[in-house]
Amino acid sequence: MLTFLAKRLLQLIPTVFFVSVLIFSLQQLLPGDPALIMAGEDRDPEVIEQIRKQYRLDQPIPVQYAYWMKGVLTGDLGESMRFKQPVLDLVLQKFPVTMQLAVMAFIIAISIGITAGIVSAVLKDTVWDYAANVFALWGLSTPNFWLGIMLIFLFSVQLGWLPPSGYVPLTEDWKQSLLTTIMPAFVLGNALAAVLMRHTRSAMLQALNSDYVRTARAKGLLERSVILKHAMRNALIPVITIGALDLGTLLSGAVLTEQIFTIPGFGKLIIDAVFNRDYAVVQGVVLITATTYIMLNLLADVLYVLVNPRLRA
Amino acid sequence: MADVPYDNALIAKRADETVESPARRALRRLWRRKGAVVGLVVVALFVAIAIFAPLISPYDPAAQSWTAVRKAPSWAHWLGTDDVGRDVLARVIFGARASLLAGVISVSIALAVGVPLGLISGYLGGWIDALLSRITDAMLAIPFLILAIALAAFLGPSLGNAMIAIGVTTTPIFVRLTRGQVMAVKVEDYIEAARAIGNPRWRIALFHILPNIMPALLVQATLSIAAAIIAEAALSFLGLGQQPPAPSWGSMLNSAQRFLTQAPWMAIWPGLAIFLTVLSFNLVGDGLRDALDPKER
Repeated sequence: MLTFLAKRLLQLIPTVFFVSVLIFSLQQLLPGDPALIMAGEDRDPEVIEQIRKQYRLDQPIPVQYAYWMKGVLTGDLGESMRFKQPVLDLVLQKFPVTMQLAVMAFIIAISIGITAGIVSAVLKDTVWDYAANVFALWGLSTPNFWLGIMLIFLFSVQLGWLPPSGYVPLTEDWKQSLLTTIMPAFVLGNALAAVLMRHTRSAMLQALNSDYVRTARAKGLLERSVILKHAMRNALIPVITIGALDLGTLLSGAVLTEQIFTIPGFGKLIIDAVFNRDYAVVQGVVLITATTYIMLNLLADVLYVLVNPRLRA
Repeated sequence: MADVPYDNALIAKRADETVESPARRALRRLWRRKGAVVGLVVVALFVAIAIFAPLISPYDPAAQSWTAVRKAPSWAHWLGTDDVGRDVLARVIFGARASLLAGVISVSIALAVGVPLGLISGYLGGWIDALLSRITDAMLAIPFLILAIALAAFLGPSLGNAMIAIGVTTTPIFVRLTRGQVMAVKVEDYIEAARAIGNPRWRIALFHILPNIMPALLVQATLSIAAAIIAEAALSFLGLGQQPPAPSWGSMLNSAQRFLTQAPWMAIWPGLAIFLTVLSFNLVGDGLRDALDPKER
């Protein structure tokens, strides 16, 4: 296991390097002089010169990258021009909000996706199976920003059951916090539930046709025990790892969800930064998202080895 | 020895199958899948709407009318009007152009860049493969929409730049898929035979490997168009895609959000249009995957 982990960590080094090059290169895409763009409406030559010096824009690109990378490695992701605060501080402030949303969405996705997948496989070719497949297609084809707007219309405007926007931290008032995040979490988890349903269904069908399930049935075990103790336990191994992998994609979906429900998280930070031309924040958020995603990939691989005894040797 | 009964119909069917070309067989199988056929019909309908938009649209999609602000659906305006009195139906019809164009162009960009790179990576192997694979890994490590948003932000907001951003973000998917397919195909006997008779490497890659990996690419391209349409709508929703007053389903949803209490129809129709188009492409993609799967024969 340790050798596997060490090997996997070593493989990460070039990936992380190229991710950093990619994110740094984004700045080169800016049309014209970056210092002029960063200065915004302030066209004072002194300010522009200061920006050029501060961001080392007067140096060759590889040197600029080396300085940027040195900063990243020491936790310095630059400073937000809008908030006049270090980017890392801003990201750390917003991260718990998005994580709460992502974890809630993940729980919703697992509860709906895995249950629907199991029911669909066990009751194959029945009305339940068709309904679960329709649900999966619906989940994969519905843009989450539209779903969010429609849910606000139904549950906030028409029924008045839930607040349409805003966020209350868990630590402040957990009930209110859940009320403000349940709708966005459902919107975020909807597509993932569809993906998990499809994977669970195919893994369960495979498990239900396997020899060990046939043996369990031949022994005269109750059908419920065959499904829950034999088939499901094995079928969920790949599903769990896929789930861990998809936790990263929730960060992507959070951008839109937070925008619709005005939740002050990670996603809203990057969009506000884009419109305020706060490029250091955009780069910082992308870098942290990518790092989190890479770590979740690693976690998924480790989980897969841990839960699959054949790979442990 | 007992007589073996001959089933002439079965023999004729088998004989037909042996002479049937793979493309024909795939089409026959696709035709049997109701979901895929419905998907194809809806996609064709939306393509026709996009092409003939000026002929079928009841109004100019950009024409504002201060006497018809946020009017509910009626005989005059079937899907109602928006916050500046523009006809929602006209904007949904013209919005199909932006969405379909974004879907097709961004996936074409991804195919044009991703497939050659995947072919080179998978066929040549060695340091080129190692380098391209690491770059692909790096691009795939950044969640799709975040990378598209970052690219669109740095390139500047416009439909063209949104298409480039989505295309670039989709490219690594095709590099990885092509590479994997090439690696599986290049060890086949017929490739060995093509090499043995002295075909140059580029010829083997283009004329022997590429046609054999086409089915997988076709399925992925169809599903990617669905993802690209959602991505374009998302970028336009965030203000990074199609710019006003040009119509786009995503930007229509953006303005609809502010008038949800007074004019919910502004949000219902463009969203439904995105949903139907994406659903149809997904149905076609799923159908194609089944129809082209050799195990399903």
